[in-house]
Amino acid sequence: MATTITKTKTLIGKAIRRREDPRLITGTATYVEDIKMPGMHYAVVVRSPHAAARIRSIDTSKAASRPGVVAVFTGRDVSNVGPVPCGASLPGLRVPHHTILATDRVYYAGHPVAVVVATDRYIAADAADDVEIDWEVLKAVADPVKALEPGAPAVHPEWPDNKAFDFHQEHGDVEKAFAEADVIVKQRILSQRLIPTPMETRGVVAEWRAADRALNLYSSTQIPHLLRSMVAQMLGLEENRLRVVAPEVGGGFGCKLNVYAEEALMGFVAMKINKPVKWIETRRENYLATIHGRGHVDDYELAATRDGIITGIKLRIIQDLGAYHQLLTPAIPTLSVLMMPGLYRTQNICADIVGVFTNCVPTDAYRGAGRPEATHGIERMVDILAAELKMDPAEIRLKNFVQPSEFPFPTATGLIYDSGDYAAPLRKALDIVDYQNLRREQAEARKQGRLMGIGMSTYGEICAFGPSPATPAGGWESATVKIEPSGKVTVLTGASPHGQGEETTFAQIAADELGVDIDDVLVVHGDTALVQYGIGTFGSRATAVGGTAVYFALQDLKAKIKKFGALLLNSDDVTLANGQCIDNKTGASKSVQEIAAASYRAMQLPPNTEPGMVSTHFWEPPNFTFPFGAHLVVTEIDRDTGAVKVLRYVAVDDCGNILNPLIVTGQVHGGVAQGIGQALYEQAVYDENGQLITGELMDYAVPKAHMMPWIESDHTVTPTPVNPLGVKGVGEAGTIGCSPAVVNSVVDALSPLGVRHIDMPMTPEKIWKLIRSAQ
Amino acid sequence: MIPQTFDYTAPSTLDQALGLIAQGAKPLAGGMSLIPMMKLRLASPEHLVDIGRLPELRYIRDDAGVLRLGAGCTHYEVETSPLLRGKCPLLSETAARIGDVQVRNMGTIGGSVAHADPAADYPAALLALEAQIVLRGAKSQRTVAASGFFLDTFATALEPGEIVSEIIVPVEDAGAGTSYQKMAQPASGFALVGVAARLRRSGGTIVLARLGVTGLAPHAYRAASAEKALEGTPGTAADIQMAASRIAEGVEANADLHASADYRRHLAAVSAARAITAALARTA
Repeated sequence: MATTITKTKTLIGKAIRRREDPRLITGTATYVEDIKMPGMHYAVVVRSPHAAARIRSIDTSKAASRPGVVAVFTGRDVSNVGPVPCGASLPGLRVPHHTILATDRVYYAGHPVAVVVATDRYIAADAADDVEIDWEVLKAVADPVKALEPGAPAVHPEWPDNKAFDFHQEHGDVEKAFAEADVIVKQRILSQRLIPTPMETRGVVAEWRAADRALNLYSSTQIPHLLRSMVAQMLGLEENRLRVVAPEVGGGFGCKLNVYAEEALMGFVAMKINKPVKWIETRRENYLATIHGRGHVDDYELAATRDGIITGIKLRIIQDLGAYHQLLTPAIPTLSVLMMPGLYRTQNICADIVGVFTNCVPTDAYRGAGRPEATHGIERMVDILAAELKMDPAEIRLKNFVQPSEFPFPTATGLIYDSGDYAAPLRKALDIVDYQNLRREQAEARKQGRLMGIGMSTYGEICAFGPSPATPAGGWESATVKIEPSGKVTVLTGASPHGQGEETTFAQIAADELGVDIDDVLVVHGDTALVQYGIGTFGSRATAVGGTAVYFALQDLKAKIKKFGALLLNSDDVTLANGQCIDNKTGASKSVQEIAAASYRAMQLPPNTEPGMVSTHFWEPPNFTFPFGAHLVVTEIDRDTGAVKVLRYVAVDDCGNILNPLIVTGQVHGGVAQGIGQALYEQAVYDENGQLITGELMDYAVPKAHMMPWIESDHTVTPTPVNPLGVKGVGEAGTIGCSPAVVNSVVDALSPLGVRHIDMPMTPEKIWKLIRSAQ
Repeated sequence: MIPQTFDYTAPSTLDQALGLIAQGAKPLAGGMSLIPMMKLRLASPEHLVDIGRLPELRYIRDDAGVLRLGAGCTHYEVETSPLLRGKCPLLSETAARIGDVQVRNMGTIGGSVAHADPAADYPAALLALEAQIVLRGAKSQRTVAASGFFLDTFATALEPGEIVSEIIVPVEDAGAGTSYQKMAQPASGFALVGVAARLRRSGGTIVLARLGVTGLAPHAYRAASAEKALEGTPGTAADIQMAASRIAEGVEANADLHASADYRRHLAAVSAARAITAALARTA
């Protein structure tokens, strides 16, 4: 009998090294680009060089006659393929018909117009240059504010006002709050367009198995099952004839939470040419034609009492949607509205969103998706209010927090905050930096003429998407756990992790619950032919929702193990612990492995029990979870150049229970890196003709390792009552908490010069100009 | 991102390489600029000759009072060479500020110099060092001063068929002080502005000042007026400010997405003051 089994509850909470890492860091993992098939063909997409133009004609004859080219398809050839889907719905939403290839007109630079298929990728690229298109170039508009002006070029001629939707939400009596306010502060705050920039660009391999009438689609996606449903519909193929595989996915950050034209297009091509076809997006295409994030122009007003109690918030969002709705485009700013009160108690809110079409690639979910914008706005406004009232920014936050006794707390925007002690991470962050002393140091530095800043943000976020009624395609997640006859454990998760480490954390859960060795657990995901239907990984949901599904499947199995164990031990009183089913009377035991084998051998079956040891669970969460935290940033500005130096970065995050601190810290680090990118470096810049100026990594400044500060990551732990694991989610926390803390710090540094607000990215030149104009 | 078709040859000797280059082939060294341009189809050479692997171009040696660097030395080799660090620290310091580790492991000094990007780091140092650049063709060899080499944006004294084969820099006097100060463009790592300073002091007076500037103008240049302002002074803070304020004299400053002309001019003055101050502190 095996006696060396790992003890129960020893893995959860431990910094277990990620089991997926060896293959990733040794270059042996299989990404879409690594898939090779006999007879593979290669596709290159011909894209519009113009942001707005009519297509007078397309001549593909020269391209088609190049040796090695097997097919060229244009918009007319794919007219039977359904449109690129938008999964979001809003009252009165205008949805442009989004064909997978343009037919008469293009709407953004990078718009797919044709696809060239050849026996070799280089031939396909050369032939793509041979496609001759007669363009009638039209006036474009890339700036959402300008797009709303009368007389602006119409992105879609049928809607000359360029509005996709107006959205309004209010609660309480906001007009009264503002009428009675002692103080009102107002500020326009921008959350600039960002380019998600996963290390692996998108890519698709499509293989048509004509004999089986079945299509295999390998795509770098966060949502293999949803992709299967939607691409099947677009192609008019039965869903059970389409298999989607998300192999190793080299980063998504939301930009692969989508259904793209090229995914259906490659399916179409493979079915047409009856050969496997591969398309790998180049970095330039990734910048031009994969969704961008953010793109907000936000006008905030805060009403408050003299002693700093926030009594009302008004917000008007101008959301740059780009030219089309991708999967969730119009829904993203509504998340900003949901989170606009932040961690604060006020019940009087009023929000408007204007969704604006521009001649740019669509915006959609990018790490945080709507919540970074909301957090940036409210956390900047609270600092502006504190400055107006000459209050300490920590003090004003502590005055306005929802209190621990108030949970579950209904917010003005209709959410129910689950649990929290919002002051705890702030107090911890203040302790870590010895705040009072740090303020004294700052006063000293200021006397010497140094520009030192201390900034904080106390963020709340909405995670674990989500209850199905509030999530476009269902918000549950699925898990199957199988104990094989040998006793090895296989976990099939409907979440499709792509860097978040669930191959490790889910194995920790299974090993702890069953009392087996973690090396006996394999976590499988990302293949619709292997895994039951699932939703995917986004919105910090995989562990909180998908992990809970695993947990419940394990509970079923544990009950079944005990039934078989009782039968084998001939006992009616057994306990399952440490991988052993123990007869409480005699002390005799059977291991989980022995019991699993017996369940398949099925010589005897317990009453009303089927053979085998498999359980599938679809878990529907009763609520979102609401992680929170405090980030505190100390900066110093180089007075001569305007350069920002981050002297300290303290992140105290409360994501509920922590299953694996190593993975949580990694998520915080990555999130903060993207937050710092937004705060200091990154911005997608289109010129007035709709040309993307930052179209390369040579011009779009993703922060590199040497540009990152040391991050002091710490936690408070407030479990959520929403799921039995008590986990809230941490994938986006770093990004959400970061940018306002950095901006608040820099504004604080420059406050002696009268600076009150700075928009991102805070480039040295921008800050130098502020310093110069103050002098 | 997918270049046009090209031929590739990796000859084993420099003579073979020069023979092919004389016939119109394009030399490839570290590929840090040429390959991105090819991937963007901004350059479409029909034939690449890989000179980055030639051992003949890979040396750093002390030769009777001067230091000779083969053009194939990587930035990392220049950065870490004990010989350069001891006898020409400005070049090592400059190499250390180029791009990132991956770029420094691949890119070569000859490639960077020949490409003559107006924001490359080396040209500032080579001008301050009054370096000599050896140009070789299949049947020719000549040496030009750095000051006569960088002619315009991406334009140099190289004739068709020639490559940069060697860089010659002086062995620095024991008493000299040097420094390279740069503000990097955050995406590419190139210099928004970089200033290399090389100073000698005698009896409390600056007797030699050499200031090379990159990033500011269509090509790297020596700031003669600033040098003149500094020479003969004791190098007080006021002297330094005076010299720094002349760093951009007579220059039309570049402007792009990453920095306006005004800001570049300002950065040049700040970088110059910092480079002069640091270099002075290093003089004996």
